[in-house]
Amino acid sequence: HTHGLWEETGEPGGNLHRHRENMQIPHRKDPGRVPGNQTQALLCCECLDASRPWLCYWILHSLELLEEAVPAAVVSDVCQFLARCQSPTGGFAGGPGQHAHLAPTYAAVNALCILGTEEAYNVINREKLLDFLYSVKQPDGSFVMHVGGEVDVRSAYCAASVASLTNIITPTLFEGTHNWILSCQNWEGGLGGMPGLEAHGGYTFCGTAALVILGKEHMLDLKALLRWVTSRQMRFEGGFQGRCNKLVDGCYSFWQAGLLPLLHRALFKDGDVTLSLSSWMFEQQALQEYILLCCQNPAGGLLDKPGKSRDFYHTCYCLSGLSVAQHFGNQDLHHELVLGKEENRLAPTHPVYNICPEKVAQAIQHFHQLPIPAQKGATACAEDQS
Amino acid sequence: MEDDEPQRGGGYLFYRNRREWADLEPVPQDDGPNPVVKIAYSDRFTDVYDYFRALLKNDEKSERAFALTAEAIDLNAANYTVWHYRRVLLQALEKDLREEMKYISAIIEDQPKNYQVWHHRRMVVEWLNDPSEELQFIAEILSQDAKNYHAWQHRQWVIQTFNLWDGELEYVEELLEEDVRNNSAWNQRHFVITHTSTYSSPEVLEREVQYSIKQIKKAPHNESAWNYLKGILQPGGLSSYPGLLEQVEELQESFSSPYLLGFMVDFFEDTLETNNTKCNQTETLNKAMELCELLAQEKDTIRREYWRYVARSLQSKYADNGSQ
Repeated sequence: HTHGLWEETGEPGGNLHRHRENMQIPHRKDPGRVPGNQTQALLCCECLDASRPWLCYWILHSLELLEEAVPAAVVSDVCQFLARCQSPTGGFAGGPGQHAHLAPTYAAVNALCILGTEEAYNVINREKLLDFLYSVKQPDGSFVMHVGGEVDVRSAYCAASVASLTNIITPTLFEGTHNWILSCQNWEGGLGGMPGLEAHGGYTFCGTAALVILGKEHMLDLKALLRWVTSRQMRFEGGFQGRCNKLVDGCYSFWQAGLLPLLHRALFKDGDVTLSLSSWMFEQQALQEYILLCCQNPAGGLLDKPGKSRDFYHTCYCLSGLSVAQHFGNQDLHHELVLGKEENRLAPTHPVYNICPEKVAQAIQHFHQLPIPAQKGATACAEDQS
Repeated sequence: MEDDEPQRGGGYLFYRNRREWADLEPVPQDDGPNPVVKIAYSDRFTDVYDYFRALLKNDEKSERAFALTAEAIDLNAANYTVWHYRRVLLQALEKDLREEMKYISAIIEDQPKNYQVWHHRRMVVEWLNDPSEELQFIAEILSQDAKNYHAWQHRQWVIQTFNLWDGELEYVEELLEEDVRNNSAWNQRHFVITHTSTYSSPEVLEREVQYSIKQIKKAPHNESAWNYLKGILQPGGLSSYPGLLEQVEELQESFSSPYLLGFMVDFFEDTLETNNTKCNQTETLNKAMELCELLAQEKDTIRREYWRYVARSLQSKYADNGSQ
């Protein structure tokens, strides 16, 4: 289907050198100027002023997938910046002085784990983080995204991700959470943001990954979920759509395709002996083609679909999806399928946390040496309902 | 632009130059000595947020603070800290919530894909305990983007909280008339029926099956309709529904699609599962395997890996010498 494009352009080019240039974290030495591209005003717009830890994570994760080292000075600067994003009451905010929110908390913890230094790990105030998680926990097992904020399944994933990485899971922290997440699986087989809502790739990933962390993924209707997610791959474009009858978008290369490794593992644990030993249950080559041929900006960075402009979110998730499509299995059983030049190969990513597997292992190893903080959970709840 | 002179004829004046704000010391953002992921803030942005931080620091609850939150929101409607503060002020100053509804309606019209604006609207509706404008407002937003996820989420919350189920099925049908491929509308259909009549009565189930088949005939390659048909029948078992196979096989001639074939696989799988002794298990298994291979090889090749897995699973589970 995309072979015409191949003939014009030769082998699908990863313009990976362009992506590496563009992913430099804007740093004090060249504040905000992205190397090689003067016209881009700065990193991003004011609309991301409440999402700055996300920028750190999107960029750091992209760099680690590209196997591009982060200079030590930058590592330290990111640590110090994220420390300023940490709220005195626990958790991380979208920027210094803002309120804590589960999404930037997820991003900050992931970013710090990618950095993986003692300094990075020490930024996280684990006791306060636990307090924060209890403060957003709801009686029905769900979590609000921030005090006085909205509920949806992203929050469970953000909470489960940070709590498991930093070893702060207490017996009561996730009481009822798995049941709430399960109630988000609908008639389509995928998960919606809340019970009753339409099945959606982003929410399905969050719910499923959270259940994997909680060890309850087998309670999903895995067959129905598998049918739903495999049906989201577009037969012409090769990429994935977020919902049935909607358009393809490069970011779903991760949110949707990233479900296949999770389901493969879940089915395997369930005793399934008919699983493939070499491929995920989606068309890996077609996804790689879509990303490489349709989602690259020639000046660097990746995007939703042709005609859209590049951004760090799409760069992160297109690359993450490309990595999933290139790497089957785990350390023990590993099978690679790299489309085009060998230099298109990215580092593998962990399908639950979406940071590199070594970083996950290293973080878990570090934090499991520390005791789980004492739970003050009984009293804490959303204190300000406005 | 002259920003150090008094206002002349309506030009914009930075807060740092407004006399009535002179008592407040602006608080610059503390990015630290070596900032990363720096944003190029405009002067106006910096000015407004320096003063927002000052208000926050002093926990000031005043009209001027309230007015400033609107400017801060205008500059970045995703700043949930500002929205939270605005809500604190709405209550502390006992502001007119009807006016707030007008305000939030305008913001949502302008930025309908933002989480904070919809959450804010929900809070105001809760405080007023008045959903009377909601269904119409949401319909207006959906008329611009019939699949806006936030809009549907808000709609489900309103309907469920205030018991406004009447007329919703009709609304869903209108949307499906306009676009039979609107998966959000199909989902809403399922939502309404689940919470009202439910699918447990044979009359409702039959009505919905016939509705689905009717829509399939109008647009045979509409995955939503096929998914809905399967979704409502699967709980009771596809092979338990009388005459279903015949109806679907009838469609095969003029309305075949990968979805029809997939539906048949599901049907045969359910037959095998329920060990429907009317049917020859081996024959059913072979039919299912054939369809899987047809889908993998020819009709739905993008899902080749999946259909081959389904075939292996069926074989493993139901073949004569299969143990389970």
